[in-house]
Amino acid sequence: MQVVSTDVAIIGGGGAGLRAAIAIAESAPELKVSLVSKVVPMRSHTVAAEGGSAGVTTDVDTLDLHFHDTVAGGDWLCDQEVVDYFVEHCTEEMVQLEHWGCPWSRQESGHTSVRNFGGMSTARTWFAADKTGFHMLHTLFQTSMKYPSISRLDEYFACDLLVDDGRCQGLLAIEVATGDFVRVEARAVIMATGGAGRVFRQNTNAGILTGDGMGMAYRHGVALRDMEFVQYHPTTLPGSGILITEGCRGEGGYLTNKDGYRYLQDYALGPVVTEPTPKTMELGPRDRLSQAFWHEQQKGRTIDTPLGPAVHLELMHLGQKKLAERLPFIMELSKTFLGIDAASQAIPVCPSVHYTMGGIAADGTTATALPGLFACGECSSVGIHGANRLGSNSLAELAVFGKLAGENAAAFAREQAPTRSLERAASESEASALAILSRQDGTERLASIRDDMTQAMSDGIGIYRTADGMQATCDVLDGLVDRLAHVRLDDSNRAFNTEWLGAIELGFSLDVARAMAYSALNRRESRGAHVRLDEYDGRDDQQFLRHTLAVFEADAPPRIEYSNVNITRLPPAERVYGAAAKTTGDLANA
Amino acid sequence: MPDRREIDIEVMRYNPETDSEPHMQTFRVPFDEDTSVLMGLQYIKDHLDGSLTFRWSCRMAVCGSCGKMVNGVPKLSCKAFLRAYYPGKLRIEPLEHFPIVRDLAVDQTDFLEKLEAVKPWIIRKEEKPLSEGTYLQTPEEMADYQQFSSCINCLLCYSACPQYGLDNAFTGPAALSLLHRYNADSRDEGKSERMPLVNSEEGVWGCTLVGYCSEVCPKQVDPAAAVNRNKVNSTMDYFLRFLTPRGGVDS
Repeated sequence: MQVVSTDVAIIGGGGAGLRAAIAIAESAPELKVSLVSKVVPMRSHTVAAEGGSAGVTTDVDTLDLHFHDTVAGGDWLCDQEVVDYFVEHCTEEMVQLEHWGCPWSRQESGHTSVRNFGGMSTARTWFAADKTGFHMLHTLFQTSMKYPSISRLDEYFACDLLVDDGRCQGLLAIEVATGDFVRVEARAVIMATGGAGRVFRQNTNAGILTGDGMGMAYRHGVALRDMEFVQYHPTTLPGSGILITEGCRGEGGYLTNKDGYRYLQDYALGPVVTEPTPKTMELGPRDRLSQAFWHEQQKGRTIDTPLGPAVHLELMHLGQKKLAERLPFIMELSKTFLGIDAASQAIPVCPSVHYTMGGIAADGTTATALPGLFACGECSSVGIHGANRLGSNSLAELAVFGKLAGENAAAFAREQAPTRSLERAASESEASALAILSRQDGTERLASIRDDMTQAMSDGIGIYRTADGMQATCDVLDGLVDRLAHVRLDDSNRAFNTEWLGAIELGFSLDVARAMAYSALNRRESRGAHVRLDEYDGRDDQQFLRHTLAVFEADAPPRIEYSNVNITRLPPAERVYGAAAKTTGDLANA
Repeated sequence: MPDRREIDIEVMRYNPETDSEPHMQTFRVPFDEDTSVLMGLQYIKDHLDGSLTFRWSCRMAVCGSCGKMVNGVPKLSCKAFLRAYYPGKLRIEPLEHFPIVRDLAVDQTDFLEKLEAVKPWIIRKEEKPLSEGTYLQTPEEMADYQQFSSCINCLLCYSACPQYGLDNAFTGPAALSLLHRYNADSRDEGKSERMPLVNSEEGVWGCTLVGYCSEVCPKQVDPAAAVNRNKVNSTMDYFLRFLTPRGGVDS
C-alpha cells in the first residue's frame, strides 16, 4: 500500500477545506498539507451556492443585530459564544476573499455591495451576482495553487479515518483512477466534506453530497449533533430540486399561489410590501416559507406542474436590466431547465432539501471529541445554525471556521510526535472496502436500496412530521442496513469503479440518514425546521432547549443523548417576523 | 409520466483492465421532456449496467464535471436534453483530445497543470492589510475581466480546439482566459510574470483563430476573445521591450 506522510490532512476540497489549507500554509508554512478530495476541488458543491455570504458592512448594521438574527433564526438552539465569534469574523473573511480576487458585485463608487436576505434585519449579504459560491470556490482554489506546502490528492476517495492510541492520525483513501489504496498519515485531520442532502429524494445538492465525512467521524465515536434539523429551501425547481436563489427575493421577487395571491401574508409574515423589507413577506426565514408552502398545498392553492405542486416566483417586475446584472444564473437556469424567460414569465418553485444544519459535533474552535480530528463547514456542527440556518450564513461559516480549523489543526499538529505505523488499522479498513467489491452472493441492486432510502427520508422527515411517519422511516432504514450487506455490483474492476465507491457512499448515507431519523423521532417538540403535526406541535424549552447527540451503535439504531446549549446573553423568546419583528429589531438595536 | 418515449444511446466503453481499445455499446433508454443526457446515462448505470463510468456532480451546469462528446459536439451532459436528438440515435464519447481513463472519464491532469502555470491568483507587489478594507474597483473596471472569471473549467473548449488536438503543449483556451482574467483585474500587478507564457509558442501564438472554443463554451466566456486581446498585449510587449528600460506592458 502506498503511504503519504503529511502534517495536516484535509478531507474535502470545497470552500471550507480550501480555506483551511490556505490558513495552514499562511500560519505554518513549514507544515505539509495534503488536501484529499473525491473530486477536483473546483467541482465541489460550494460551486452551486448562489445568493451570498453574510458580513456586517453598512453603517446601519451592527454585530449585535447579526448575532440576534442568527440566534432567533436558529430558534435559540445556537451556541451563543460561537455565534459571537462567527459574526465578529465574517466581514474580515469577505475582505480577505476580495483581496484574493473574488469578483464581488460593486456599487458605482467601486465599493462592494450587500443585498437583503431572509431573516436578516438589514442588508448584509455580500454577493457576486448570483454565483457567489462559484466565485468563492474558484478564488480559493486558484489562490491555493500559489502555496508550495499544499499538495493535492485530487480524486482520492477517503473511506476511513485511521485512529490509534485514541487519536486521529490519518485516513485511508482510494485513488479513483486506479482503485489503489493509499494510507495518508497525518498529525491532524480536518473534516470538510459538506452536507448530506442526497439522503433525500428531492434536493438541491450535488451527487457527491452523500455524508461521507459525517459517516466516517460517526463510526469512530464522534457524535452527530442536531441531525433532525434539515433545511428545506423554499424556492427550488420541482422534480430536480435545482436551487433558485433566495437572492431573487432579496432583490424584490414575489411568491404567489395559483390565484396570483402573495400568500405569505396569511402566515404571520405580512404586512404586504412592494419593496424588499427585512424579515417581512418573501424575506422571512426559510423554515417559515417552506411551512407556508405546505399549508398552501393542503388548501389546494398550489399550481400543478408535471413534476409536482409549485407556487410562482415572480421576477418580471424587476426588469431585464436588473435581472441581467443581479440574477444572470437564475435567468440561465430558467431558460435551460424550464424553457422560460424569467423576465416575462413566473418561475414555478417548491421546497426541496437543501442544507444539513447538524453535523459532526465540534466546539467553537472546530475541535471534535476525537483528539486530532477537526471539522468545519457543512459537515460540522460548531453550533451557529441551531434549528434553522439563515441564508448567507453558510458561505460565511466555511470561510470563518475553515480558517480557524486550519490554524487550530496546525497548532495541534506541531505538538504531536510523528505518527506510528498505522498499517494494521489501514489493512482492516482496506479489507472491508474490498469485501464489497468481491461479494459474489449478493442479490440487491445498489440503486434500489438508495432509492428506497431517499423515498423513506422524504416521506417521514419532511417539512412537517409525525411520530408514525418518522417511526415508519426508521423502520425502513433499519431494514436497508441488511439489504446493503447483500448488495451485488455489476462492476468488479478496481480502476475508476464508481459503482463500488457508490456502495461505500451509500453505507455512509444510511448511517447519516438513521442519525437524522432517530434524532427527529426523539425530539418531542417543534423548533425551527423540525415541526410536528402530532401532540408535540409547540416549542418545549423545558425539555428540549438541548442539542441532540446521535451516537453510533453499529447496525443497531443510534443512541440518542442530549447536551446543553450555550446561552450567554440572549434568553429564549418568541420568534417573530413580519410586523411583529419590528419591535424585536428595535430592542436589538437599543 | 406524460410523453414517455425511448431512445437508443450508443456509449463508448473502455476498461483499462480488460480492453486493448475502446468499443461502442448501445442501450435503450426511456425519456421525457425533462430528461437530460446525463439523466440518460444515470438511467443506464442504475438499471442496465452499473459498470458504465462517467463523471457528474451538480447537474445544474456550474461544477463543470459532466462534459462529453454528444454526437461529436462537446457539451455539458446535464445541459443537453434527449428530446433534442429523438428520433435519431445518440452517440456519447469521452471529451476529445484527452487520454481516456475509463469509459467516458478522461484524464484532466494536463489542464490542471496548465491552469497552475498561468498563476491564477492576484499578484501584488505589496499586500494591503485586511484592516484597510477592500480595494476599490468600479463596475467598469470589473467589466474588463468579469466574463473571463466565469469559466467553470469544464474543458469543452479544449475538445473543440484543433490546435490543442494537434499539439497539447498549447496552453489552450480556458487557461489563457484565466490568465487574461487576472491580467485584466485592476487589483493585480502580476502581468509581467505572466507575459513570458503569453509570448511563448505555447501561449497565445499557438492559437490559429478557429473560434470553435467560444462557440461550445456553456458560459459565454468567449475564450477566443481573451486569446486575441493577448495577441495584442503580446505584440505591444514585444515592441515596448525595445523602448522602455524595464520593458514589457507593466512598466
